[in-house]
Amino acid sequence: MAEIEIRKLRKDFGDFTAVQSSSFRVEDGEFFMLLGPSGCGKTTTLRMIAGLELPTSGEILIDGENVAQKPARERDIAFVFQMFALYPHMNVRRNISYPLISQGMKRAQVREKITEVARILGIEHILDHPVGGLSGGDRQRVALGRAIVRQPKAFLMDEPLGALDTEFREHMAEELRALHDRMGATTVYVTHDQLEAMQMGDKIVVMNHGVIEQYGTPQDIYDKSATMFVADFIGSPPMNFLRFSSSVEAGATGVALHHATLPLPAMRVPFDGDMAYGIRPEHVRLSDDGVYRGEVIATEYLGPNQIVTLLAPNGEVKARIPSDQIARVGEVVGMDFDGTRATLFDNQTGHALASDLNEGVLSHG
Amino acid sequence: MAEVMLDSVSKSFGSTRAVEAIDLTIPDGGFVVLLGPTGAGKTTTLRLIAGVEKPDAGDIVIAGRSVLADTPAQRNVAMVFQQYSLYPHMSVRDNLAFPLRSPILRTPEDEITRKVAEVAEVLHIAHKLDNKATELSGGEMQRVSIGRALVRSPSIYLMDEPLSSLDAKLRAELRIELKRIHAQLGATLLYVTHDQIEAMTMASHVGVLDKGRPVQFGSPREIYEKPASLYVAQRLGLPRINALPAGLFPAAPAGAATIGLRPEHVEQGKGKTATVSRVEHLGDQTRLHLILEGHAIVTLADVHTDLEAGDEIAIQPRNPLYFDASGNRIA
Repeated sequence: MAEIEIRKLRKDFGDFTAVQSSSFRVEDGEFFMLLGPSGCGKTTTLRMIAGLELPTSGEILIDGENVAQKPARERDIAFVFQMFALYPHMNVRRNISYPLISQGMKRAQVREKITEVARILGIEHILDHPVGGLSGGDRQRVALGRAIVRQPKAFLMDEPLGALDTEFREHMAEELRALHDRMGATTVYVTHDQLEAMQMGDKIVVMNHGVIEQYGTPQDIYDKSATMFVADFIGSPPMNFLRFSSSVEAGATGVALHHATLPLPAMRVPFDGDMAYGIRPEHVRLSDDGVYRGEVIATEYLGPNQIVTLLAPNGEVKARIPSDQIARVGEVVGMDFDGTRATLFDNQTGHALASDLNEGVLSHG
Repeated sequence: MAEVMLDSVSKSFGSTRAVEAIDLTIPDGGFVVLLGPTGAGKTTTLRLIAGVEKPDAGDIVIAGRSVLADTPAQRNVAMVFQQYSLYPHMSVRDNLAFPLRSPILRTPEDEITRKVAEVAEVLHIAHKLDNKATELSGGEMQRVSIGRALVRSPSIYLMDEPLSSLDAKLRAELRIELKRIHAQLGATLLYVTHDQIEAMTMASHVGVLDKGRPVQFGSPREIYEKPASLYVAQRLGLPRINALPAGLFPAAPAGAATIGLRPEHVEQGKGKTATVSRVEHLGDQTRLHLILEGHAIVTLADVHTDLEAGDEIAIQPRNPLYFDASGNRIA
């Protein structure tokens, strides 16, 4: 298995820069997510790692060897596409064994490999079935089987669950992750689905417009979002932003807004100008004493908790609160914010300002 | 707006029973969501009410009158589909006005102008009225298709997964919007989806369907807290309810075959020892995947828990649900 290191990777298509200057490192055995909206450069990055695109500049090191300008077949990497491309006229066994036979592997050895892969994927019973009649899940498993049978150094996956419906997708996501845990293979996985990324990834790279916005563990990216883009892209509902103009000193643990003081983790830097106070829905409480107030405009029941949407002087605020707490549409209520979990952003650049909460994470960039 | 009633309606396609003896009342002003997996009969039910399909048996009553003999147009229902079907060469304004200009309705032009303006306002697309339909984003297009239904004053709005082709952010936005529109217009709405979030957050009543039959009808809270069966319990709640052999924990009532534990029904710190197999940090919540005597259990932990794979914790049920061998809830 392999360690993959990306250094200052860039890809231009004519005048368009798909990937600007990406650097990150995938540790051996990691399940690594490239996350972002469509057009952010995540698939281009993956295709460069695979060797399906050659970078304009930069390095791709697989186990220390720069393969950036090498053809795909010399990289020993398996690519799993969004659409499971199976040979429709062959049965499951032949589909999976195809990569081995084309490598010239001996029959007995092929049979042994197929048995092992089928066991890992739980598809022993359909080995002799034609792929035509298989369910979506089984087709997906066969496609995976074909990727893992050659035991490549790493797996690259481009939204392999994208075409599946929600319920099944969740199930396959768990299965994929469990498979990874059994095999321990380095995997780079592209998705636009933040929940999928959080759920499956050991580490996440968040991309936007060809630029890496943040790189880290799921929980760090969620708790200590480095930019407003990340804070908004991750989380459902996403982070609330209250936008206003004010100033804070280094060391301040709050920022003045109207008659209220919004609590903050101790700031490490001063700031003066247009800012956004970022607070996640679960860190907003409704409280009669809250000085900062808003009108309830919607409530959404979600079982044990509910999402309450409030219209406040600086925009909409969503709060995630227990379902047994009553909130009525039309009511004006006070809000309390958990300051230790808040982030202050420079509203112009979108960058988080350093505080006791996020210091140490921001520099990873 | 009107009450819509299905009285023991059945429909088969060849040997496939799509809908079987459905009784369903959509109260005047109600927002009813039919929830079920693909093939449960949701869309067929909608099409039967619209009059695009004819039932094999049973009656459909709108505002107290059987409409079986009526054409779809006479039934005066408005439908919104999953795929927005706009006229690409027309402006948003003309797309919205189109249903009102139909020969049956013959709406006066000044009333059309008023209606279109009103609906555009409600849907936040007033500034796009003069754009061509093709110049809109996906979310805006779907708003216009919803708007095309809203300009009319039908007896009921029928919506078939109208948000499923949109991305998560837009879906979340339009969920709130639909709910607001419903409240604002006092409209009667029947909405079909396989997305439990949509059902829970928007519905005044949820009807859960299983293989063409309604299995429970009630408020989202009733369905979540008091599911009639294991099937219903598995339709709502994320992470999904854990269904385990009743004997896994002591004190199962007589006749119980399955114990249903929602993540919040798993109390930590006491009881049987389970092994953590995986910890998922999702940001707002942290999911613990546990193994107890060979059974997988998912529950939640403190967001910043120190637990990791391989650790052991004690768990026991708290206010669990019990189901008999056929899946009906007994406690």
